[in-house]
Amino acid sequence: MIWAGVVVASAACYGLKLAGLSLPARWLRDRRIQRTVPLIPIALLAALVATNTFATGRHLTLDVRAAALAVAAVALLLRAPFLVVVIAATATAALLRLG
Amino acid sequence: MFTGASQFALVGVIGAGGGVWAGAASAVLLGTRNALYGLRLSSLLDARRALRPLASQFVIDETTAMAIARDEPAQSRFAFWATGFALFTLWNLGTLAGALVTHALPNPKVLGLDAAPPAAFLALLAPRLRAREPLAIAGASAIVVLLVLPFVPPGVPLLVVAVLVAAYGVRVARR
Repeated sequence: MIWAGVVVASAACYGLKLAGLSLPARWLRDRRIQRTVPLIPIALLAALVATNTFATGRHLTLDVRAAALAVAAVALLLRAPFLVVVIAATATAALLRLG
Repeated sequence: MFTGASQFALVGVIGAGGGVWAGAASAVLLGTRNALYGLRLSSLLDARRALRPLASQFVIDETTAMAIARDEPAQSRFAFWATGFALFTLWNLGTLAGALVTHALPNPKVLGLDAAPPAAFLALLAPRLRAREPLAIAGASAIVVLLVLPFVPPGVPLLVVAVLVAAYGVRVARR
């Protein structure tokens, strides 16, 4: 089942790219598309940050992941590269669980 | 799947118990932006038809950024293909290494690995937050998703957020 989802999602993601290069430009220049599509990753990524930090299954939770996220935010404000941000967050969670 | 945020989302949703198809839908929604990148790149690349299927796979944030940052069309094309080949190779080697190595890991929570996805999503989000509207949308999305989460099946909250933001975008575009 998981692989079916992976294959379908992969094919669809590829199809979107191919469509971008192939479709008549005026379709994609539609004002509604131009205005909406760039907002989707912002909304979904923010939602993913929230659910992966403050939820376990269908329950809202507050645990060391919140502290780890705060550390990641500080690292990003300091313009740390991607890997440093992720490692800083992971290390924070690991250390807090030790204590 | 070669578009990082989508790959992370698919894994993130399934990892959080959200089900395969909710994860797949989130991944595809995150991939929609690549179609707009294709629109910008199609004139720059002036791709011959034969190359288009290969070029398509390389249409991602990084290759688009590198290509549109050049003034000369020839340099743009070179930047696109060089970035594409390098990233495609290394990214997939990284994925493979992750798939092979993580089997050997003990309890991922002890290593704090459950804190990695939110940090990664935040790092992907941060560069897009340089204006008031995206900041407001990000904040609202985070609040809405947590409010909805206890009442619907796992994975669905993300789709609710996607529908709401699309409705907002279409409304604003009409004005």
